[in-house]
Amino acid sequence: MKARGIAALAASVTLAAGLSACGSGGGDDSSPKSLTYWASNQGRSIQQDQQVLGPELKKFEAKTGIKVKLEVIGWPDLLNRILAATSSGQGPDVVNVGNTWSASLQATGAFQPFDDATIAKVGGKAKFIPSTLTSTGAAGKPPAFVPLYGLAYGLFYNKKLFADAGLKPPQSWQELVADAKKLTDPAKKQYGVVMEGASYTEGAHFAFMFGRQNGANLFQGGQPGFDSPQMVAGVKQYVDLMAGQKVVNPSNAEYLNDADMLKDFAAGKAAMMMIQSYAPKGLAENGMKAGEFGVVPIPAPDPLPPGGHKVSSHVAGINIGVFKNTKNKDGALKLIDFLTSPDEQKILDTQLGPLPVVQQAYNDPKFQTPEIKTFRDILANASETLPMIPQEAQFETLVGNTVKQLIADAAAGRPVDDQTIQSRLAAANKKMQSGG
Amino acid sequence: MSRTVTAPGEAPSRAPGAPAHRVRRPRRALLPYLLVLPALIAELAIHVIPMLVGAWMSLLHLTQFFIRNWTAAPYGGLTNYRVAVDTNGPVAKDLIHSFLITVAVTVLVVALSWMFGLAAAVFLEKPFRGRGVLRTLFLVPYALPVFTAVITWRFMFQRDNGMVNALLSDELHLAHGHPFWLLGGNSFVAIVVVNVWRLWPFAFLTLMAGLQSIPGDLYEAAAIDGAGFARRLRSVTLPLLRPVNRVLLLVLFLWTFNDFNTAYVLFEQPPADADMISIHIYNASFLTWNFGLGSAMSVLLLAFLLVVTLGYLGAGRLRSRHA
Repeated sequence: MKARGIAALAASVTLAAGLSACGSGGGDDSSPKSLTYWASNQGRSIQQDQQVLGPELKKFEAKTGIKVKLEVIGWPDLLNRILAATSSGQGPDVVNVGNTWSASLQATGAFQPFDDATIAKVGGKAKFIPSTLTSTGAAGKPPAFVPLYGLAYGLFYNKKLFADAGLKPPQSWQELVADAKKLTDPAKKQYGVVMEGASYTEGAHFAFMFGRQNGANLFQGGQPGFDSPQMVAGVKQYVDLMAGQKVVNPSNAEYLNDADMLKDFAAGKAAMMMIQSYAPKGLAENGMKAGEFGVVPIPAPDPLPPGGHKVSSHVAGINIGVFKNTKNKDGALKLIDFLTSPDEQKILDTQLGPLPVVQQAYNDPKFQTPEIKTFRDILANASETLPMIPQEAQFETLVGNTVKQLIADAAAGRPVDDQTIQSRLAAANKKMQSGG
Repeated sequence: MSRTVTAPGEAPSRAPGAPAHRVRRPRRALLPYLLVLPALIAELAIHVIPMLVGAWMSLLHLTQFFIRNWTAAPYGGLTNYRVAVDTNGPVAKDLIHSFLITVAVTVLVVALSWMFGLAAAVFLEKPFRGRGVLRTLFLVPYALPVFTAVITWRFMFQRDNGMVNALLSDELHLAHGHPFWLLGGNSFVAIVVVNVWRLWPFAFLTLMAGLQSIPGDLYEAAAIDGAGFARRLRSVTLPLLRPVNRVLLLVLFLWTFNDFNTAYVLFEQPPADADMISIHIYNASFLTWNFGLGSAMSVLLLAFLLVVTLGYLGAGRLRSRHA
């Protein structure tokens, strides 16, 4: 009885401690020999990420004596997992985030700011390519993250299908649609374009890119403008590939991961694919050789709509940061320094497919391919950073899910016209205003 | 407090006024409370405190700026509730839509599960060869882990490579082309089918146990009076199963109405036609990162379930008193 009483007392004390621990915790170095690292899914599958990162983290352990516990998390869950970790205070030490979320996550105050002293510990600002530093947090604050991988969207096209049809890669959106129509033959199960229709992050990215091409502003003075005529035009440009032009296989509305898209494209079931720069690796794994596809920037309508911008990609990429609750801050920074070192960048980027974020890594001839040149050119000349404001992540979830639903409706044969798009975007806009 | 309460039945065994007992008495009286204490603490920790915390959170503007330290979130009064029930706004419209879908799914799932369960239990009552095998087979869906079972359904419902379309369109030619099951209107069918498949074995198991307690001579007497199968079912089986049914229907209702796992594994983010309410609330909070709004919706849901459950139990008690 006595023992049980003590156990009960202990339980209630732990409970009370647990409750009061919510939100406290500052980060210290009380556990210097271990780290937990949440990596994002960069490779073809979570297993592949584990296989690539595993040996590198062993190298890190040999070098520093710090054992890293790795968990690779898929994109559909990553943001929710990070939010849950933020609210409970029970999270990893080091975490990868989509770079577009930087300002939103920074606003939670859960991440170690990279002030000058801190960033010096991971090699200093000068180590990173300047454009990659544009999406690491809100303007005027020390960044909450540093870049880990660079990415950009490109239009991949199947050279053989294009040559057989006597086509050249499209220079404008109108050409893209015309080519896609010529290359669509549902009887042969061949379509002009393949899309990841069930992915809300993809939906949000394209809503931004095509919205900008049509002259839209996502936010004005902190107020959302998701339902402006320009945004409607932008979302329509994307969704219409399935709804109006019918150059996308309706099954794509169920595609949630890259794997489905890469498989269709590699098998010649789709002639074009808009995807980020990591794709060549995945295509090779699906049996498509480097010479069989080409990459050009995603085209804009010609002439550009009034106020439109020639945006072929957002400044995409993966950032890495340290949770304030870490018990091993020094170790966490060492791990980030290690992963962003030129040598590791060469290894990780060649195996997983993104672009290095440090200048030195590009000396390697592996990064001198025509595709990588195209992507670097897109990043330098035809890309914009998503707004670095706290509400950015809500834009992605709200508008991304709206786009996803519109694609699902189009696939199921429901009408998707300007009015449908406008009313759905207006609903998303209202949710943003009433929710935040 | 412990001094004034004595466990019933203890007093006579004690010699009144014996000094040794006077010392022991308070400790003995304390014992039941100490034994209940761990359960009480567990109940508080698992049910009551989180519920109260949820209710408190529903009054806060709990956005991304405060989720790390939500004690600092500004007090918003009933703002979240106003957003959740303002039928002019998209948030409340979606919530009501999701509520109606959930009610429809629940009614169908409870009715179908109960009917299948009853039919199977009645037909497996008489011993015959292979009865044990059938019983075991029927219980398989209930014994499988949710994730394994539902992810299999998800693969089967896929448009291009799913077994459902292969069977319905390619083999039996019952459907034209390949319809979607995980998107659009058919997703409602999908969620009902998977839920019934998962839940009816429980109805079967419970009703089978209920049937065991009906004395066989009642059936014999009914048979002598010339009652056929349907009459015996209506006049003997169903009335005597009433106490079992009362609990069974309530449990099936609560499980289906509150179910998160099935819809989550099947759709990840359910389409509008299969938007079960618990996952709707979860997604709604993550859409705008306003967890206060999500909590307010949860409190409303809790209130609804409480009213239904109390009303149902109260009505049942009245009926059994009159019976």
